[in-house]
Amino acid sequence: MFYKKSQKITTIILFLLPSLLGLLLFSLIPIGSSLYLSLSEWDVIGGQPQFIKLENYSNILKSEEFWRVLKNTSYFITLYIPLILIVSVTVGMLLNFKYKGIAIYRTLFFIPVLTSWVAGALIWRWVLSPEYGVVNALLGYIGIKGPGWLYDKTWAMPGIVLASIWKDTGFFGLIMLAGLQGIDSTYYEAAEIDGASNWEKFRKITLPLLSPTIFFVTVISIINSFQLFPQVMVMVLERNFAPTHVFVERIYLYAFKYYKMGYATAFSWLLFLMIFIVTMLQLKLQKRWVNYDT
Amino acid sequence: MIHKETRKKTFFYLSATIISCFILIPFFWMILTSFKERGALMTIPIQWLPEKISFRAYQELFSIDFLFKRAIFNSIFVSGMITFITVMSAAMGAYVFAKIDFRGREKLFSLYLATMMIPGQVTMIPNYLVLKYLGLLNSFTGLMLPSIFNAFATFMLRQNMKSIPDAYIEAAELDGASQITIFFRIVLVLSKPVLATLAVITFMGAWNDYLWPLIILTERTKMTLPIGLSLLNGQYSRRYNLLMAGALISLIPILMVYAFAQKYFEQGLSIGGIKG
Repeated sequence: MFYKKSQKITTIILFLLPSLLGLLLFSLIPIGSSLYLSLSEWDVIGGQPQFIKLENYSNILKSEEFWRVLKNTSYFITLYIPLILIVSVTVGMLLNFKYKGIAIYRTLFFIPVLTSWVAGALIWRWVLSPEYGVVNALLGYIGIKGPGWLYDKTWAMPGIVLASIWKDTGFFGLIMLAGLQGIDSTYYEAAEIDGASNWEKFRKITLPLLSPTIFFVTVISIINSFQLFPQVMVMVLERNFAPTHVFVERIYLYAFKYYKMGYATAFSWLLFLMIFIVTMLQLKLQKRWVNYDT
Repeated sequence: MIHKETRKKTFFYLSATIISCFILIPFFWMILTSFKERGALMTIPIQWLPEKISFRAYQELFSIDFLFKRAIFNSIFVSGMITFITVMSAAMGAYVFAKIDFRGREKLFSLYLATMMIPGQVTMIPNYLVLKYLGLLNSFTGLMLPSIFNAFATFMLRQNMKSIPDAYIEAAELDGASQITIFFRIVLVLSKPVLATLAVITFMGAWNDYLWPLIILTERTKMTLPIGLSLLNGQYSRRYNLLMAGALISLIPILMVYAFAQKYFEQGLSIGGIKG
């Protein structure tokens, strides 16, 4: 393709320069120095990082806080994953029906995805207000006394889950829709001839053939759940409120409020480790339930 | 058969209504609240509709000692620039990875991809330190600079550019076109749809980004909309009419972009899902 070799080399260097520089400066070097930092004690302000081996890690693992953060995150995941799967499969199916007015629903479900998390969290903090919010007002109409939501230690996380479902439904719904559109319609036609009910068709055809998409959504949303951040920061203003302590929020506080850079980076590597383990586990377990033959 | 079809329709309208209510009620509540007077916010039972429509919250938002207008401008500027930088740098890299062969190319590309495994929270602290060292904290340059490397964007564009026939590029070379001409006149032009999709996801990501600007920008004149809103949230935590007016305003620009580029948004998100 090139007349001269030197011309080719110049082109390669010229075109790769920005991203290579970025790779080095904002990815490789940071990964390396983050590993080193996690083995040090450093407050940024005075002096050099002190090498302290694995002390940060052992301190974190010994702290009650780490296990609380893990417990809170698991609580979020246990509530969020089943709900988002049910809602997004439903939305995917709705969008897949070719009824009138579907374009309106499509846009409507998508608006929360466009809303920034900060704005969305502001809205939900107000919606979930125990005395003056709509959710408890609506519950009141059917005779239920709503909980204190974000101010209650059991109900704070479910409140954050609700907001997250609201925000993510349109996004995962579209992904489910893409999965549904990939299912060959002859399966349904054959089932129709055999006289299968709607429910049977859903159980025996839709679910198994959608399982790769469901698996994908599960993996992605668990990774996202570990990285929960803006909703917690904005919805819960009280940083000492233990039931909503989560990974990224703690990392942010340690690094940029207490300036414990070593401790914070060690925390971030533990976050990476958690995500890695959970994702690997899912990849291992997928054989049991994900159907890849079409 | 007809019976089955009716049941399907019932399921459709029932679940569509429930989900729509769940999505819409918070938005209505936001809009209605933003037009309420301060005194109408905390009433028991709650007031659904404002007794009289008031624009006080909006007036106050722009008149209080808070640089809200500035934040809107900053957000538009920063998101636009980040989009431009990401797309340009990724397109340049992707062109090499797709079309110019050299030894070790695939290995280098795998290295690009491998970085996607590491979550941003791991690199953000050293990145902050690098920018601090370079004296770029509290500057838009510092905020935008890391966008020159985006593994996902490079990957997405490379996949697409591979499908451009080599013959086009060779023909241009025979005509004596320089590599820069080929890149701008052929490669970028032929990749327009995927560039648009990437631009749209990048813009949305930058517009909504919270953690990175929160770390880099501490001066109030520099804040972006999400940072501005979260500061407002801390400072006026009980003035919900003000907060809701702010949230509503922050939605308008992105809705406008969406209205013009809906197709690219949806394409982008189904591809973007892979990014995680």
